[in-house]
Amino acid sequence: MRLSEKAEEILEALWIATEEKGELSISLDQLNIGSGDEGLLELGHHAFVEVKGERVSLRPKGRADARMSIRRHRLAERLMMDVLDVQGETAEERACEFEHLLHEGVDTKLCTLLNHPTTCPHGKPIPPGVCCVDAQKSGDLGVVSLTELKAGESGEIAYLAADDSKKMQKLMSMGVLPGNQLVLRQAYPSYVFRIGHSEFAVDSGLARDIFVRKASA
Amino acid sequence: MQTSDQPDQAQKRIILVGNPNVGKSVLFNALTGSYTAVSNYPGTSVEILSGEATIKGESYQILDTPGMYSLMPITEEERVGRDILFNKSADLVVHLLDARNIDRMLPMTLQLIEAGLPVVLAVNIIDEAERLGMMIDIPRLEQKLGIPVVSSAFARKRGFEELCTVIATYDGTRSFEPFRYADDLERDIDRVASVLTGDYRVSHRTVALLLLQKDIEVSNRVAAVEAPNFAAVDAEVRRVIFERRTDLHLTISLARKRVCTDLLAGIVQQDETRRGAFAEKLSDIMMNPWTGIPLLLLVLYFVLYEFVGGFGAGTLVDLLEGEMFEGWLIPWAVQTAETYLPGDDISAWYQSWYWLRELIVGEYGLVTLGIRYAVAIILPIVATFFLAFSVIEDSGYFPRLALLVDRVFKRFGMSGRAVIPIVLGLGCDTMAVMVTRTLETVRERIIATILLTLAIPCSAQLGVIMGLLSAVPGALAIWLGSISLLFVVIGLLAAKLMPGEEAIFYMELPPLRLPQLRNVLIKTFSRMHWYFLEIFPLFMIASVILWAGKMTGGLQKLIGLLEPVMLLLGLPVSTAAVFVLGFFRRDFGAAGLYDMQSSGLLSATQITVAAVTLTLFVPCVAQFLMMQKERGWKVALTIFVFVTLVAFVVGALLNQLLTTIGF
Repeated sequence: MRLSEKAEEILEALWIATEEKGELSISLDQLNIGSGDEGLLELGHHAFVEVKGERVSLRPKGRADARMSIRRHRLAERLMMDVLDVQGETAEERACEFEHLLHEGVDTKLCTLLNHPTTCPHGKPIPPGVCCVDAQKSGDLGVVSLTELKAGESGEIAYLAADDSKKMQKLMSMGVLPGNQLVLRQAYPSYVFRIGHSEFAVDSGLARDIFVRKASA
Repeated sequence: MQTSDQPDQAQKRIILVGNPNVGKSVLFNALTGSYTAVSNYPGTSVEILSGEATIKGESYQILDTPGMYSLMPITEEERVGRDILFNKSADLVVHLLDARNIDRMLPMTLQLIEAGLPVVLAVNIIDEAERLGMMIDIPRLEQKLGIPVVSSAFARKRGFEELCTVIATYDGTRSFEPFRYADDLERDIDRVASVLTGDYRVSHRTVALLLLQKDIEVSNRVAAVEAPNFAAVDAEVRRVIFERRTDLHLTISLARKRVCTDLLAGIVQQDETRRGAFAEKLSDIMMNPWTGIPLLLLVLYFVLYEFVGGFGAGTLVDLLEGEMFEGWLIPWAVQTAETYLPGDDISAWYQSWYWLRELIVGEYGLVTLGIRYAVAIILPIVATFFLAFSVIEDSGYFPRLALLVDRVFKRFGMSGRAVIPIVLGLGCDTMAVMVTRTLETVRERIIATILLTLAIPCSAQLGVIMGLLSAVPGALAIWLGSISLLFVVIGLLAAKLMPGEEAIFYMELPPLRLPQLRNVLIKTFSRMHWYFLEIFPLFMIASVILWAGKMTGGLQKLIGLLEPVMLLLGLPVSTAAVFVLGFFRRDFGAAGLYDMQSSGLLSATQITVAAVTLTLFVPCVAQFLMMQKERGWKVALTIFVFVTLVAFVVGALLNQLLTTIGF
């Protein structure tokens, strides 16, 4: 069973309204559809939603699919904005098209590639998938920015994400090179880390560009 | 090697290179025997130092370069350092590195070898490395690198003789094989190097590597040297960069790191159990905001208030000014002048010596004002400040302070690095303005200059103002509050309004160490030496200008112009003279206020308003000239006008406020 794109869009709107805004149902007007909408009928057929007059509500049976739909949408947004660097309206539109391709394990692969993000670029939560839970269990936290490390934690520098070459050079001059071991000594008011026998202080702007493979505790 | 362009009879030249904080200045001093600033803070040794040395009977010129991390420069200083390496012929390049960080600094040695320079490696600070449990097999390192290597601790005089022997016996004709990177990278380097035809003093391999890393200066130089051939070179470079489609800088850095890791395998042994526990704890205390800020206040209190204010401005000034000048030198000078330069006739200058006597021992005379202020009042204050500053600098405290305040300073448009000139400004604003050149962006430099000019009182001024205000309860708090508020407000505004790049903060934290008396004294002495050369003539000029003003009546006119402004501030018109004098030395002004207060001419409100306005008011003439030198006429004049306006507006407002609340 594969839901149509239209049905998925309705599920997403319902998820946002009921799970995130705490409403019980939304009106057909808000969904911008009529009562005879194909997607709506499809969802009704699967008993995912209930239509009462002008209002639609999400049934418990439809929750899992709604959750995964919103997850795919937000993962697509992450891909567009963070990786492909498409911004604004275009990003939103492309993400809307792209999310429907994320079936049959493609979402899991994308999620892993993006290192199991927890929020979309607008800060809304991405419901965790099985892959996220597994990654957490196995303790493989993957590669995180230095700003995500706590004082006292250490790891191996995985890569540098500085966008301009001057910043890149500054980092390299401090011995911040992939493969080097790094210990974060302090995270506030500035990031203080040790590489070898040297200590450095950087601001959060530079720290954000250093990506570290966390050592398992 | 590169010696062919120098005749045999000429003096040989040695260039010292290395990261900041590896002991280059110490070695330079040991070789040349002259003094220079030995710095712990990255970026203080901006100027290039050269000196003469006689090693085993032969005379050498020694050049010290600013700290350099690699042959790809980031900062202005590094660029200067590289320029020297690339443009001056050297019989020997001594590369110093910090033994503790040999893995991180050895890539620089590789680059020097690769460039075909006659390199000798000094693995310095070996004593501290040993204390950390590191063991470095120097003979094997020498064998693997193919260049002479000495281990040293120059600050402890270790390894100096060995280095001298190496220098004296260095055989400039020997050549060594550069290291090989991965095959694909080697092929790319070859492709570019093989189309180069010019002579660059450094190897084609190095030029090719720098071109691949998109070094603009090297690219311009190649364009000039290769001229018609440059199109071919450029095309090859572009082709490699496109084929790679990655950051070649990173690729090359990683390749060098790999070579170094292989090289050092088996050479460096680390005993993990040893680390400096106490220094680490103290370092943590300095960097933690909860303990670091109280510590900062303690340091400021003891250094500024007790040591500089109490001992320098109190004890020493009393001794020099009170005992020596007032008690002995000035009466003697006045008497001598009156004996040999008689006459009281003002109208006909050629008939009497009145004018000359005034110039020497008059109200604004060279001896009575210029020398007395420079030697007896300012010198002891700045000397104690510089001494304290050098001790703190050598301990490694400043970088920790910088990281502590970085977040706050960012709001003012500066990085934490700017805390060093700001603190230095509490000693001497003129020197602090000069030091702002170590800040990275022009924007930061201008903001720091504005804040120094406006809201940072120098030690000489601080001493007098504290004395002045301590007599009036609450006045010191109002003064401190007004100045701090203005610092914050102007800082926030400047950060909002000033265009330009956002500052980035990154800094190496050198280990905390106990300052060494010798280095501290050398630094203090060289700063005082600078102070005397730069500031002393300005005192003399100021005296002459004031004297000329008095003789011609111009001074009175200028004071007359300021009198209406004084009324606006609710001050007696006679305060105008204080402000005019204040421009020639900020502290003259404050001292003038002190006299007025002593004679009971000022009310509590008036003293407070005058002290605040004077602190904010236009900097001394020396600082203005330094601003002009560092920032140019346009910026200097703009800051001048701005600061004057702010000072008087704030003074007028404060007067209104204090009068209204009936202070």
